[in-house]
Amino acid sequence: MKKNKQPKPKDAKPDAEIKLDVEKIRKDFPILSRKINGNQLIYFDNAATSQKPMQVIKAMDDFYMQSNANVHRSVHKLGEESTEAYELAHKKTAEFIHADFSEVIFTKNATEAINLAMYSWGMQNIRKGDEIVLTQMEHHSNLVPWQYLAKTKRASLKFLELDAKKGRIMPEDIYKKITNKTKLVSVTHMSNVLGTINPVREIIDLAHDKKALVMLDVAQSVPHMPVDAQKLDADFMAFSGHKMLGPTGTGVLFAKKGLLEKMQPFNYGGDMISSVSYEDAEWNELPWKFEAGSPNVAGAVGLSAAIDYLRKVGMDKIVKHDASLTKYALERLAEIKQVTIFGPKETNDRGPVISFTLGDIHAHDVSTILDRDGIEVRGGHHCAMPLARLLGVTATTRASFYLYNTKDEIDKFIASLAHAARIFRL
Amino acid sequence: MTSSKPKNEEGIEFTDALYRENILDHYRNPRNFGRIDKADAEFHGNNPICGDEIELTLKISAGKIMDARFMGRGCAVSQSAASMLTERIIGMPVKEALRLSRDDIIEMMGISPNPTRLKCALLSLKVMEGAFAKLQGKTQ
Repeated sequence: MKKNKQPKPKDAKPDAEIKLDVEKIRKDFPILSRKINGNQLIYFDNAATSQKPMQVIKAMDDFYMQSNANVHRSVHKLGEESTEAYELAHKKTAEFIHADFSEVIFTKNATEAINLAMYSWGMQNIRKGDEIVLTQMEHHSNLVPWQYLAKTKRASLKFLELDAKKGRIMPEDIYKKITNKTKLVSVTHMSNVLGTINPVREIIDLAHDKKALVMLDVAQSVPHMPVDAQKLDADFMAFSGHKMLGPTGTGVLFAKKGLLEKMQPFNYGGDMISSVSYEDAEWNELPWKFEAGSPNVAGAVGLSAAIDYLRKVGMDKIVKHDASLTKYALERLAEIKQVTIFGPKETNDRGPVISFTLGDIHAHDVSTILDRDGIEVRGGHHCAMPLARLLGVTATTRASFYLYNTKDEIDKFIASLAHAARIFRL
Repeated sequence: MTSSKPKNEEGIEFTDALYRENILDHYRNPRNFGRIDKADAEFHGNNPICGDEIELTLKISAGKIMDARFMGRGCAVSQSAASMLTERIIGMPVKEALRLSRDDIIEMMGISPNPTRLKCALLSLKVMEGAFAKLQGKTQ
């Protein structure tokens, strides 16, 4: 640390700027001071929903206490403030994913965002004999809507196959399945079960070569890594606000402007029109054409605050923090010989989601024992039943991390797993 | 084995009364596991949250349960409950088995599960009721 210390290049940041100040971050999350069964809460169910910082909770409280009114209607002061806050949330969301303001539609969750694309684009554009390409690792939300569309239109679904051992899509299958018959490719950016980050660059480029559109389910990736709509060039992207520190009941559909202009509305009613007669109506400008009815204004305000929070922390730092926790957890889990990990064992192209089994103990028994130690994980099929079947399990236990989690928490989690193994005499 | 202290024979403290000695014993060594050929009543049920599955086959004669077997897979709570239930109902009049309640199952298992895990504990009871309902439907 003395003489041999190289002078740092000018653009290198000191450590403090690269690393997250986790202790400081944790103080922003009131729920983290809660005790569960007498133990300090360890929240490892972030792939289901994240916790919310005080800044988000307060922004929503302030909105209800200071500015609450309906949006896009009333010309009074409160109406003006709430409309401004609601539109600002759109603006911030668009900036966060590098999209245009007109390309960001608020929904109640990622599922509704996918359904919007399925009804408004799919029903008009998918025809008999067309092919829709998914992967074998899709969440039900990016599977069941396309099943419905395919059945309705007599189109067919094709699945990019998974190398179950590696936890990744078989690279050659991309070229086999995406063909001139393909009209849509809808894939998850980051698997909510395996943590796998899919090769979306390759998939999008190939799909576009074949004149197919691409929907990315970015519900797991947007909270954890920079997602740039312009660079990715996907035609649709769906995510939820509640997995990225925002409130429940908030979701986002991104779609390219050219598509949205041609698409029919999703819901019909108030706010999505520009003029109405008894017989007819004209649609409002984008994005409002797709947002019928009174929206979740407080939710949008919360999402806005969540984005501010994430930007202030820095997505690049979150990526590094997640990666270091994931690496550590994978190493520590490997120490327990009865643990089987499903998903990539290496840390590149993978998010902070780890699914595993502990011997033959059912995932719900594992979850219950961990819960007694204050550790909240998910046990089950993680809304991906066909994937669980493919992996040959009825259920797995899933630990997923976020910016407020620590290696110390992972140590406690490992100790609790070892305890579970002892109780069940593995 | 009947020690009321929350420790197992290796002296490991239980984190949860849910995993008492008798529960783990029935889970690891299920009683009456299998299928009855030419059963008089049978039913299959599952718990979609957990993926727990239970299939129950019954031999009934003169209104009495002569034999009961189950097959299934799932968590320790659902599987041990099924094992204990079969032990309990063999030799029992159907009428009496139909009176078994939620509280009887909880008492039989000696646990107090939270609402989610209660569904696991009660799955085999529901399957048994389903078997009787199906049987009644057939005989009417």
